[in-house]
Amino acid sequence: MAVWVYAPMTPEGPHPAAFELVTKARSLGDEVGAVAFGPGADDGAEPLGAHGATTVYVSDDSVFTDHPGRPAAHVLRRLIDEHRPSLVLFPATYDARDVAGRLQALTGSTLMSNATDVLAIDRARTEIFGGTTIVDVALGGPAPHLVLVRPRSFAAEPAGGTVQVVVVDASVEDGLKGARVVERHAETAAGPKLEEAKVVVAGGRGLGGPEPFALLDSLASAIGGAAVGASRAAVDAGWVPYSYQIGQTGKSVKPDVYLAVGISGALQHIVGMKGSARIVAINKDAEAPILKMADLGLVGDLFDIVPKLTAAIASRKLAV
Amino acid sequence: MGSDYIRYPIPRSSPRRDARNGLGTLRAMNIVVFVKFVPDPQGTPEMGPDHLLVRGAAGALDPGDGYGVEMALQLAEAGGGEVTAITMGPDEALAGVQRALAMGVHRGVVVTDPSLRGADALATARVLAAAARRSVFDLAIAGVESTDGYTGTVPVTVAELLDVASVTAVRRLEPDGDDFRVERQTEAGYDVLTCPRPAVVTVTAGANEPRYPSLKGIIQAKQKPLERLTLADLGLDAATVEPAQSITAVIEAPPKAGGDVVAADDAGIARLVELLAEAKVI
Repeated sequence: MAVWVYAPMTPEGPHPAAFELVTKARSLGDEVGAVAFGPGADDGAEPLGAHGATTVYVSDDSVFTDHPGRPAAHVLRRLIDEHRPSLVLFPATYDARDVAGRLQALTGSTLMSNATDVLAIDRARTEIFGGTTIVDVALGGPAPHLVLVRPRSFAAEPAGGTVQVVVVDASVEDGLKGARVVERHAETAAGPKLEEAKVVVAGGRGLGGPEPFALLDSLASAIGGAAVGASRAAVDAGWVPYSYQIGQTGKSVKPDVYLAVGISGALQHIVGMKGSARIVAINKDAEAPILKMADLGLVGDLFDIVPKLTAAIASRKLAV
Repeated sequence: MGSDYIRYPIPRSSPRRDARNGLGTLRAMNIVVFVKFVPDPQGTPEMGPDHLLVRGAAGALDPGDGYGVEMALQLAEAGGGEVTAITMGPDEALAGVQRALAMGVHRGVVVTDPSLRGADALATARVLAAAARRSVFDLAIAGVESTDGYTGTVPVTVAELLDVASVTAVRRLEPDGDDFRVERQTEAGYDVLTCPRPAVVTVTAGANEPRYPSLKGIIQAKQKPLERLTLADLGLDAATVEPAQSITAVIEAPPKAGGDVVAADDAGIARLVELLAEAKVI
């Protein structure tokens, strides 16, 4: 019974969630395959193997980064026809979602989104209604079942063992390549990555504009090692780039402390941060849903509270 | 597995048939917008005894779809052409299309069939693809994901079933000769892509300001062509849309115990600092 993991490539190597999925796949199948397409995939095979992949299918071809989604789906489909895995897991990123969505049209097999756990090769779990309800879903229809799993649903653990690397033929006819990337623009913020920071300070609609995010930057640097994020409302309004977004459509974070500033706590947002060890909310509305799940809630004007909090942290650090 | 998938060839629109407008660079486009009627986004969602989302009359056009409708209308206003809103759902779903018609969309299509109840993402994509391919289109637009299901895969599946290009998470799109120039949101920032026609794109929230229907628009909507189709009208059978996913268990997640909610005075701020210190992050 082969379980495969689709490992999207990033400039730093395979997406971190791919290691989480490979780790999980070890408990689901006796063979664990990983698929890595795009520049750097050759070098990605070794760490994927170290996390438990027994076979890694790689192609360094730039067609996969120049043309998002479609070539990967077609090449993956050929591999599936040849090797017939029972289950293919994908991290729930935009790019992997495009590959999985295309693939289900080609294989006619069912695709489940937003899984938070995979219970067996034909059963996965998800959370609905903002995480208040957990449902188990049976997967039927033709193999392989396709499951998009939310990043950080599992811990990545090295396993050791040997890995077989199979170089894949990446040829795709021109008519199947689809849209082509002609420019890339990075808007990434300075400081630690949101997913890795011990403290996340996130701003929402209550900030009222882009400028107040400077208050959160100051607070984050006073804490030290903190990253700044945002709710979908703040991103949709164009105050901060999409790379800041935490929630169902953005990043999932599980920091030691999550500070929600001016965020009401829509279900969309809560899904991306409820795993935080401690949650603190600052909100002017005492009825805001986020306060019901916060370990500590401060009701008041964030423009008054945040500078005072920043100063209090700075002076405590000086005193210690 | 490879033998049982369904593919729908799509006729390509001919550049010859398009009249050039006064700007000289834009041409008339036929645009499809996929819309969804969702339970009231402000309400509390409920699951019925059959493990399906309770869908009543209290609902609305998915707020995420307004951006796609707006983009389609702006493109048609700039270059000419016709916009068709397509939805799949129960009788109530008609209200979503009516909202799109009132905003300015030219015609509506509603696919309703008892066998579509509980349809999964693949079944939904098969139905929408079959409905879209009934006419020649240059561009099909959808939201990035629905507000009730968050699946986020249906539009690209439709694109593959129709054998056309796609770009997801689009925040800007303009015609560029025979292609589209598209800005796509990425984790790092944004990419610019060249996308051939015809194409399926998904539009992010915030890409534009969706218009409100005017009184005139609401009145005119009642006169606009509206087709109601069944599965049979689309040449599909019930087996093609049989869901391959079923909920086997429902567990109420233990509610997270809330902590203290305090006033944001000096004592409150001191408590927050203490919490940070206990967490060893300062």
